[in-house]
Amino acid sequence: MTSVVLEGVSKVFNAGRADEVTALTGVDLTVARGEFVSLIGPSGCGKSTLLRLVGDLIQPTSGAITVAGKSARTARVDQEYGIAFQQAGLFDWRTVQRNVELPLELRGSPRQERHDRAREMLDLVGLAEFAGHYPAQLSGGMQQRVAIARALAVHPPLLLMDEPFGALDEMTRERLQDELLRICASTGTSTIFVTHSIPEAVYLSDRVVVMSARPGRITEVVPVDLGPRTEATRQSPGFFAGITKVRKALRGDPVPAAEPLVAP
Amino acid sequence: MTTAVDPVVAADPAAPVVARRRHGSAFVPPLLVGVVGLLLWEAVVTLGRVAPYVLPAPSAIGEQLWQSREVVWRTGLASGGNALIGLLVGAAVGLLAAMVAARFAYLGEVSIPVAAALNALPIIALAPILNNMFDSTSSVPRRLVVAIVVFFPVFVNALRGLREVDPIHRDLMASYAARGWTVTRLVRLPAALPFVFTGLRQASSLAVIAAVVAEYFGGLQNGLGSRITSAAANTAYPRAWAFVVGACVLGLVFYLAALLLERLVMPWRRV
Ligand SMILES: Nc1ncnc2c1ncn2[C@@H]1O[C@H](COP(=O)(O)OP(=O)(O)O)[C@@H](O)[C@H]1O
Ligand SMILES: [Mg+2]
Repeated sequence: MTSVVLEGVSKVFNAGRADEVTALTGVDLTVARGEFVSLIGPSGCGKSTLLRLVGDLIQPTSGAITVAGKSARTARVDQEYGIAFQQAGLFDWRTVQRNVELPLELRGSPRQERHDRAREMLDLVGLAEFAGHYPAQLSGGMQQRVAIARALAVHPPLLLMDEPFGALDEMTRERLQDELLRICASTGTSTIFVTHSIPEAVYLSDRVVVMSARPGRITEVVPVDLGPRTEATRQSPGFFAGITKVRKALRGDPVPAAEPLVAP
Repeated sequence: MTTAVDPVVAADPAAPVVARRRHGSAFVPPLLVGVVGLLLWEAVVTLGRVAPYVLPAPSAIGEQLWQSREVVWRTGLASGGNALIGLLVGAAVGLLAAMVAARFAYLGEVSIPVAAALNALPIIALAPILNNMFDSTSSVPRRLVVAIVVFFPVFVNALRGLREVDPIHRDLMASYAARGWTVTRLVRLPAALPFVFTGLRQASSLAVIAAVVAEYFGGLQNGLGSRITSAAANTAYPRAWAFVVGACVLGLVFYLAALLLERLVMPWRRV
């Protein structure tokens, strides 16, 4: 069962004008249900564009996008995905609690359920005691955690995350990585996760999609098989081997099919 | 909020709330300046033997103010009532018009410069014309002048706020499949509130000025404006000034009321 299918997708901004940009070209990608896929590549290679295409926030110039077996548009209208961006994008006039409740509110969840679910998610990101605060009272990293809680609150079948952990300190980042994996595994959520961090991509993903710029395209897909993540995973040889593979792919070195594992 | 800002309405919506201090001590320096200013004024007028028609001494004005306190109060209430009704009507119409204009991209585009240009016209000049359109016992012309004067700052500021939606908020609402009125209610209106209140703050002072000055041009003579003109015509300058002081106090009351309302309506801006 597939969650997301992109076939021959390309996106040209400002077509026919002097500032025409080919943001993506010839993108084929399939994300299976419950799969965790990271997008990595130099800035400007079209990672955000790809995510926004899947979310039907912009439309492709050519190619077809299917989400949860429907057109991207139908999937968006059916609220099949939750999304978090690099900037928190909280609503200043709502308390932390009510920010997290908003997507639930728009799905028509009953008040009590909304409240409980938001509490649960805020607990998860360690901000339960700030439920009554306004976003302006929180630090940037805390705001970002609220935004993540908001994206997770609806337990969407698909999560789209655009560098969501970029602004966080290393400790919080690693804790949220583990929490994210736990939630995705327990709810069967499929995830497309944009990141700049090679270790993060390898740690989180079933597959790391490596992209390059001008024009934006997928150059390599690196499968990662580390089994269930534990404390030891971040020190395991397989983890470092994955990092090396992705790094080489980013540099553009060809990766032989049966490359021997590089010792840490 | 990185869009180009119209200089006509470029007042920073955040200014008064952020500048506010937590304690009443913020009031002490301006109060001190005021007292020292009054003392200087008194000294210059009495020592310099300035003629009362040029500038009466504050003590003379104060004396008149005390003697005429009942008239000042009564006429102040009349002017204040006109200003308030005009302000409410003008602000409501301005806000509704902005909401309509914001719904149609092109309309919003063209109406900001037009409204800004109209706003620069001396609308108070309409007062004599409006006075003649209604009979002399009517309060409508003055309230109409106030409403028209108030309309523009509210409309222009509110429209700016309503049009500037954070792109992330737009994407988020799209991902929640929210559209039209839901987006207006949940995002556009609350995000526009700081702008609306910038407009209202400007409008609150303008409303009092318009209500007082409109009376200079005839119509029903029961407000502060008519007393200022008649006292001045009778060369009772300290008395004229006493009513000017009344008008100043009225303007201040309106402005402070707008500030207070702003703080009550937007608790998140106080944090
Ligand atoms: N709305 C837009 N209009 C014009 N060009 C855009 C727009 N969005 C993105 N681009 C361009 O498309 C390319 C890919 O951008 P983006 O997807 O944001 O890259 P990434 O997220 O990988 O850094 C960049 O060259 C960027 O300038
Ligand atoms: Mg990006």
